Amino acid sequence: MNKMKGLVCKECKKAYPAEAIHVCEFCFGPLEVAYNYDAIRSVISKEKIQQGPKSLWRYKDLLPIEGEPTAGLNAGFTPMIHAKNLGRILGLDRLYLKNDTVNCLTLSFKDRVVAVALTRAKELGFDTVACASTGNLANSVSAHAAESGLRCFVFIPSDLEAGKILGNLVYKPNVVAVEGNYDDVNRLCSEVAGEYPWAFVNINIRPYYSEGSKTLAYETMEYLDWQAPDHVVVPIASGSLLTKIYKGFHEFESLGLVGPVVTKIHGAQAEGCSPVAEAFKEKRDFIKPVKPKTIAKSLAIGNPADGFYAVKVARESGGLIESVSDEAVVQGMMLLAQKEGIFAETAGGVTIAVLKKLAEQGVFKRDESVVAYITGNGLKTQEAIAPSVGAPWLIQPSLMSFQEALKKSDALKEEGDR
Amino acid sequence: MKVRIPTPLRKLTDGQGEVLAEGKDVADLIEALERTYPGIKGRLCDEQGALRRFVNIYINEEDIRFHEGLQTPVKSSDEVSIIPAIAGG
Repeated sequence: MNKMKGLVCKECKKAYPAEAIHVCEFCFGPLEVAYNYDAIRSVISKEKIQQGPKSLWRYKDLLPIEGEPTAGLNAGFTPMIHAKNLGRILGLDRLYLKNDTVNCLTLSFKDRVVAVALTRAKELGFDTVACASTGNLANSVSAHAAESGLRCFVFIPSDLEAGKILGNLVYKPNVVAVEGNYDDVNRLCSEVAGEYPWAFVNINIRPYYSEGSKTLAYETMEYLDWQAPDHVVVPIASGSLLTKIYKGFHEFESLGLVGPVVTKIHGAQAEGCSPVAEAFKEKRDFIKPVKPKTIAKSLAIGNPADGFYAVKVARESGGLIESVSDEAVVQGMMLLAQKEGIFAETAGGVTIAVLKKLAEQGVFKRDESVVAYITGNGLKTQEAIAPSVGAPWLIQPSLMSFQEALKKSDALKEEGDR
Repeated sequence: MKVRIPTPLRKLTDGQGEVLAEGKDVADLIEALERTYPGIKGRLCDEQGALRRFVNIYINEEDIRFHEGLQTPVKSSDEVSIIPAIAGG
């Protein structure tokens, strides 16, 4: 089956071959994969998907590769949980969390996009892969490049969290720490990509790479017994994830795998970097870039490539885009950990804090299904939460010492409150 | 001043990734580029002359939207980069 027709400009619809290009030569609009949906419709079915591998490759028919997957064979198909404890607090009977903090290989949703990007890069004949990253993407590209035996360059802002820097170095790629913010790194990489024949996963491979995010929507619908949810809450950095989740829902709808989709797509940003939320609130159709200042570094893109499209998707689907303070981000991380046992990174805190804000505004009805996407692991951003988590009791190895500490603490009091 | 040209526009600059041009502000610089490389203005600007949504221009690594947009003044020692907005994330 030839499922890919080629690439097409999202703006002016000019067609291009399915090569390593990402921008329309005429209007600079983004190139997207054009699928042969008739051919896909003839081969795809719920049964075929259910019999597929327990990874995102069960949706291979809707992913832009020509042959068999060769990277990230265990990516995706992460747990989805019915979050009853958090739901009780927020007044939601059907709150679900998609837990990509345990994605494979590197504990973030980026393993999805990298599985697709590296498989495609190899198909296109590249021997070197690269990326501009706020951390998670670099970790994933580094790990998958190591596994695939590809040369690797990752470009990151120099002030990233220690866990994210170490999470690159261990795979021994070429780690380039740039003295600047992510937007500086991204601009530099666009220029580097013009000079070196490398597969930059989120630049010249971006049309393929970004499609990997659709699998979060597919897995959500499959888990919900082949239905799209009433609401989703998605963190926004570049805006790509949010637009691709929307696309995923509507692809399943048009292929007849689910009924009519009325999902409201809500976006979440941190106040210290909220150019998309600002554009949404001010009803603008253009993004004013900002200089990010937030602990949610993985979302700190001041000049988001898909910001315009994210605003459009939220608006058209009936969703909202909200922002929250860094303090609320930390509270969101704690709430998620202490109620559902999921230790998410700062982006997860942003998502939970916005979920809470929307719930308090009465955006959700009690019996509506709401899915929040938790995209990265808290062990990678320990600095952000370390000052808020307290310290262990330090005692001598004696029963008396323990009992004294217990008396001083309020652990038993809390027990009595239950 | 030096102007760096992105890959999608290099067919218009005989394959050159870097060209020289002068102007008093960014709009003026684009007119100068148009005189040497006809067609380039139409790629960068829409019919009303505004910069296209998916084009970013930087002067010495700073986005002109943090200054005065197309009216941002430039001088010979500046380095200008034209970069597609769609990247990253």
